[in-house]
Amino acid sequence: MDTFAALSQGLTVALQPINLLFAFVGVMLGTAVGVLPGIGPALTVALLLPITFKLDPAGSLIMFAGIYYGGMYGGSTASILLNTPGESSSIVTALEGNKMARAGRGGPALATAAIGSFVAGTIATIGLALVAPTVVDIAISFGPEDYFALMVLAFTTVSAAFGSSVTRGLTSLFLGLALGLIGIDLQSGQARLSFSIPDLLDGVEVTTLAVALFAIGETLSVAAAGARADEIIEPVKGSVFMTREDWKRSWKPWIRGTFLGFPIGAMPAGGAEIPTFLSYALEKRLCKKPDEFGNGAIEGVAGPEAANNAAAAGVLVPLLTLGLPTSATAAIMLAGFQQYGLNPGPLLFVTNPDLVWGLIASLFIANGMLLILNLPLVGLWVRLLAIPRPWLYGGILVFATLGTLGANPSLVELGMLLIFGLLGYVLRRYDYPIAPVVVGLILGPLSEQQLRRALAISVGDPLALFQSPIALTLYALSALALFGPLLFFLLTGRKAPVGADED
Amino acid sequence: MNAPRLSSTRRPDKAGFVIAFGLAALALVVGWDAWRLSSINAHSAVGPAAFPTIIAGGLALLAVATAVEALRRGEQERPRDEFVPMAWVLAGLVGQIVLLPLLGFSIATGWLFAATAKGFGRGPVWAHFLAGTVLCFLIYVIFAKGLQLALPAGPIERLM
Repeated sequence: MDTFAALSQGLTVALQPINLLFAFVGVMLGTAVGVLPGIGPALTVALLLPITFKLDPAGSLIMFAGIYYGGMYGGSTASILLNTPGESSSIVTALEGNKMARAGRGGPALATAAIGSFVAGTIATIGLALVAPTVVDIAISFGPEDYFALMVLAFTTVSAAFGSSVTRGLTSLFLGLALGLIGIDLQSGQARLSFSIPDLLDGVEVTTLAVALFAIGETLSVAAAGARADEIIEPVKGSVFMTREDWKRSWKPWIRGTFLGFPIGAMPAGGAEIPTFLSYALEKRLCKKPDEFGNGAIEGVAGPEAANNAAAAGVLVPLLTLGLPTSATAAIMLAGFQQYGLNPGPLLFVTNPDLVWGLIASLFIANGMLLILNLPLVGLWVRLLAIPRPWLYGGILVFATLGTLGANPSLVELGMLLIFGLLGYVLRRYDYPIAPVVVGLILGPLSEQQLRRALAISVGDPLALFQSPIALTLYALSALALFGPLLFFLLTGRKAPVGADED
Repeated sequence: MNAPRLSSTRRPDKAGFVIAFGLAALALVVGWDAWRLSSINAHSAVGPAAFPTIIAGGLALLAVATAVEALRRGEQERPRDEFVPMAWVLAGLVGQIVLLPLLGFSIATGWLFAATAKGFGRGPVWAHFLAGTVLCFLIYVIFAKGLQLALPAGPIERLM
């Protein structure tokens, strides 16, 4: 199908008043949770899943995408004004952005972040619309063994990209995979790891695990940090309008950030952090006034902010075309699709073109809304930062338990929330990444299904897994992702840069 | 994130060993369950035990790797965590589970709010409890009436 015809068809879906409303609610919520410390887009979407169960799928998914994009915008505000990144993909933004805010240039820093996010988000969404049909064409020929290889690739990149070491990333991943085993095996009808507890027969809910790890785990570790975690808010000083020089220094980093962020996000490499680190390093090297770096260089805000928004659009490529989530938020969005009986992948473009293209078209609209919400209204969001932390975290826990009870009003579910919350605290305390646990839980059962399908076709011959050229290429890439950091270390004698955890 | 630093003395990292032990135990549980399943006759080429076996193997390998890392990297310095605030938050969560079946969503969750706020250093508990209960009752009304979500009801909710 012609991409532009499909996209304009999608635009008519996205422009329906009810869907515009969903997009607006999504970007508002997304910006708010992006600004607030302790909650991110993954948690927000997870909390909304039970509430949106009865709503229209297209509208809810448009709202989820709005939350995802909004989180990227809001994260920069917290980074710049608070020096505490709301999202891990805004860590780099804090480096220069907070220096600018302290020097009284918070306004232009917020402006270059917002406009850069808009430029990058728009270009990358065009990229998504152009690339997606091509990936779909390729993916349609994938057999189960190729899908299994693809998921192995996602596993390795997600665990190698997050966290402080590959062992830790893999440990988190295998915890998620083990949790994914719990429940009735759909093919044989056998109960696995359920210890005769009826509530466990349905398996672990993605929502419960995500809410526990992100909300409860985070709250516990912030509480445990006590006075260590105190923070200072920089008031927005100066005009939010950028000078001519700011524009001149910003537009190239925006473009470069976009072209770093989108491809890296689109590859099953996971996350938006790595491109922000790369963009920061690149801008530092290209900047004509390198001495300004470290003291509030606008390029150091413009580039990484563009990169993280472009990567957010990129992550949607494998999610929509292959059903492959490469970040925690994408994993929860996949759960969102599944709750409506929709399976993202090449077939979704054939069976539900209105929904897919409506979603993609709505991203353009969401970007426009976010620009308006974040520039003139930035003062409003800053006020969110002034909410006292006892009330903020009290409220987070109220909503966390509310979401869990809404999905399944049972005490066992709340008990699991508590246990996984403690797990989340332990993982944080000992530097284990969170995202691979969630990705493991949701992709584990899917990968097992593909594995068994592939082996059923080959009548149990495991060699069949390694006979397709596509699968072999994907395994080679997985090996590179796992052993790449080690190779990098052996070749250069330095530790490879790793991304931080994403939520 | 704070980078782990090597301490001057090369004592093995105790926490690492505990985690390695936990992983080994988990590997055993998953492996035992897989063994139990493998004795059941499956009608397809690959039964329900194959995938758990792979995962149990992976967990066992990771347990070894974690133990080796704990030995090689030595004891890690970690910032001290404060126990009392955490205990308040946990008391809030456990209390909610205990109160929920008897007293309903608003009171149980109001307690959770008050205990969490106390954990973050803001009291008095009773004032936060009252405010939290009122707030949660409003949430209950919105969610139960507006979105038809079935939240556990107690004496207050039944007044409606």
